[in-house]
Amino acid sequence: MNKLKVSLLLFLLLAAFLLDVALGSVHIPVKEVVRVLFTPHSDNATWTYIIEKIRLPKALTAIIVGCGLSVSGLQMQTLFRNPLADPSVLGITAGASLGVALVMLSAGSITTIYTIQALGISGSWLIILAASLGAALVMVLIVSLSSSLKDNVVVLIVGVMIGNITLSVISIWQYFSAPELIKDYLIWTFGSLGGVTGNQLLILAVVVLAGLLLSFLSSKLLDALLLGDNYARSMGLTVKRARLLIIGSTSILAGGITAFCGPIGFIGIAVPHLARAIFQTSSHRILIPACCLIGTLLMLCCDIIAQLPGSQTVLPINVITALIGSPVVIWIIAGPNKLRGF
Amino acid sequence: MAGKTPILHTDNLVVGYQAGKKNAKGVAGTLNLNLYAGELVCLLGPNGSGKSTLLRTIAGLQPSLQGTVKLDGEELTQLKPTQIAKKISLVLTDNVRSGNLDVYALISLGRYPHSGWLGTLSEEDKQAIDYAIKVTGTSEFLNRKMDSLSDGECQKVMLARAIAQDTPLIMLDEPTAHLDLPSRIQLMRLLHQLAKETGKAILISTHELDLALQSADFIWLMSSGSHFAAGLPEELILNGAFQQAFDKDGIEFDIATGTFPLHQSLAKAITVEGTGAAAFWTKKALNRKGYRILADQEQSIIISTETGETLWIVMQNNESGICHSITELLLLLQDSSNKNLE
Repeated sequence: MNKLKVSLLLFLLLAAFLLDVALGSVHIPVKEVVRVLFTPHSDNATWTYIIEKIRLPKALTAIIVGCGLSVSGLQMQTLFRNPLADPSVLGITAGASLGVALVMLSAGSITTIYTIQALGISGSWLIILAASLGAALVMVLIVSLSSSLKDNVVVLIVGVMIGNITLSVISIWQYFSAPELIKDYLIWTFGSLGGVTGNQLLILAVVVLAGLLLSFLSSKLLDALLLGDNYARSMGLTVKRARLLIIGSTSILAGGITAFCGPIGFIGIAVPHLARAIFQTSSHRILIPACCLIGTLLMLCCDIIAQLPGSQTVLPINVITALIGSPVVIWIIAGPNKLRGF
Repeated sequence: MAGKTPILHTDNLVVGYQAGKKNAKGVAGTLNLNLYAGELVCLLGPNGSGKSTLLRTIAGLQPSLQGTVKLDGEELTQLKPTQIAKKISLVLTDNVRSGNLDVYALISLGRYPHSGWLGTLSEEDKQAIDYAIKVTGTSEFLNRKMDSLSDGECQKVMLARAIAQDTPLIMLDEPTAHLDLPSRIQLMRLLHQLAKETGKAILISTHELDLALQSADFIWLMSSGSHFAAGLPEELILNGAFQQAFDKDGIEFDIATGTFPLHQSLAKAITVEGTGAAAFWTKKALNRKGYRILADQEQSIIISTETGETLWIVMQNNESGICHSITELLLLLQDSSNKNLE
C-alpha cells in the first residue's frame, strides 16, 4: 500500500518538476525540457540558457525548500505536541527577518538598490549573511534558554514571545524608515525561489541536507516524544538533549531556507498533516521521507501557479503557499477527518 | 524474604517539592520501603498525600529530597536514564490520545530502551510486543487509532506498552480512574495475575479501597499528616491505620465491612430477620433511610421466601403488614412513623 502511494507521489513529483521547468513567461515544450535536462545539447540556445540558468535552479530550490520546511514543521509539531506549530514558532524566521531588516532599512538605499538590481533580492550575499546571522542569534538564545527550561510548553511560549519581540523591533524600524526602503523589505518578506543559483544553491543544498540528516537520525526520539515528556523520560530519553537536537536541526533548516529564500509560510504547518493523513502513521521514520515527498510536490505546484502560466506576471511565492496552505489547514481542522492532532 | 534482593528499596527516603532555593517541602515522612518480585502493592491515600510524588521520585522523574532509592540493589542516581528504563516502566495519567498513533505503534514504543538507534524492531522486540498484546488481550484493536479507544481499552494498551518495556517493576498511577466497574475489576485482576505469573513487582497508586483490599499483597498507606503505614491489608484495617489515614470530619471507617459508610445519622432502630441476598439489600435500603439494624427491636421485618415469592412482613405493636417489594416496605415504614409522630 505504501509502495503504491510512494510511486504515485514520485510520478506526480516528476510531472510537477517537468511542468515547473516547462512553464513560465516563455513557453518551452516538455519534450525540449527533457532533452535539455538529459542531453547536453539543444537546438535552441535561448531555451537551454533559460532552463539551465533560471528554471532548473528555481525548481531545485523549490525541492530543497519543500523538504526542509516540511520536515522542520513536523519536528516542531511533535516536539511541542501542537498541531499548529511550524518552523516559525521558535522565532527563527523572525530572527532572519530582523537581520534582513537591519541591512535593508539601515544600510541606505544605494547599497540595497544596487544589490537588488545586480543580483535579485534574495540573491544578495549581504542579505543572506544578515538573515543567517539573525536566525543564528535567535537560535542561540532559544537553545540557551531551553536548556534551563523543564517543560516543552514553556519553550514553545518563550519561542513565540521571542518571535514577537523580534517582529516588533522590525516594526519600530519600519516606522522610522523611508517608504522606499520599507518597500524593498516588504518584497523580501514575500519570499522568492528565484535567484538562488550556482554556489548559493550548493550551500543551501548542503545546509538543508545536513539538517534533514540530523532530523532523520532523531526520528526515534521524535517517536518517543509523541507520548509526552513524562513517558519519553520513563523510556530512557533525555528530554533536554533530545530537545536540543531537534531545535538545532530545525534552526538549521528554517534559518538556512529563510536566509536564501525569505520567509515562506504554511508549508511547514500543512505538509506534516498531509503526510500523516496520506500515510496513516505516526512513525517519524516514515513521516520524514513522506514530508520530503509531499513538501516537494506542494512547493513545485505552488511555484507553477506563481508563474501564472501564459502570462508575463509572476506572483510572490508566499502568496501562493498561503492560498494553498490555508485551505489545507482548514480542511485539517474542520474537514471530514477532523483534527487528528499530531 | 531475607537474602533476596528487593526490586525496589528505599532508604530514609523523603519525597516532596523544592519550594524556593532552601525551602524543601516533604510530603510524607521518612520512607523505608521494600518491594519484592511477584508482589502487587497498592499505594493508598487521600488526595495530596504524595502518592504521585512518591511514584515520580522512584521513577527518577523528580529528585528525592533526602535518602536513596535502590533498584535491584543499584542506586537510582547512579543509573543512566536508559538503565532506569530497563528496570521501571510506567503507566501515567497523561493523555496520549494522539489521533495518528495506532495501538500497535504505541505498544511497540515500549521497546524504546531496547530497540536500535533508529527505532527498528528486532525479532526479540517483536516477541516481547506479541507477548504484551497476548497478556493484556489487546489483539482485537491493534489497528485502531488511539483516539478511537474507550478509557478501559486505552488503559489496557498503556499497560501492554509497559509490559513490552520488559521491566522487573511496573508502576501505575491511578490506572482505574475513569474506568467503569467491570473494566476496573478486569484491570486489577489482570495486574494481580501478572504479578503472580511473571514475577514482576507491581506498584499501583489508587483510590479504589475495595479493589485494593481484595487484590493487594501489601498496602502502603499515605496520609495527609505525613504518616505512612505499610502492611497486609487486613492488618492495616485492624490496627486503625485506615481510619487514621482518611480521618476527616464525619467520615468513619467501618471495620466490620471494610468500607466508609455514606450514611451518617442512623437514628431509628429496626430488626431484620432473614438471610440471603434479599436480606442484605433490604438492610442496605434501610440504612439509607436512616435505620440502624439491631436485634430485638420493637419494629421488626421478617423476610420470607416460603411461598416462592419474596415477602417482607413488618411486625409492630402486635400488628403486621405484608409487602411485596422493598419500595412497598419503605412506604409502609414511612406511614407508620408518620402516624407515631401524630
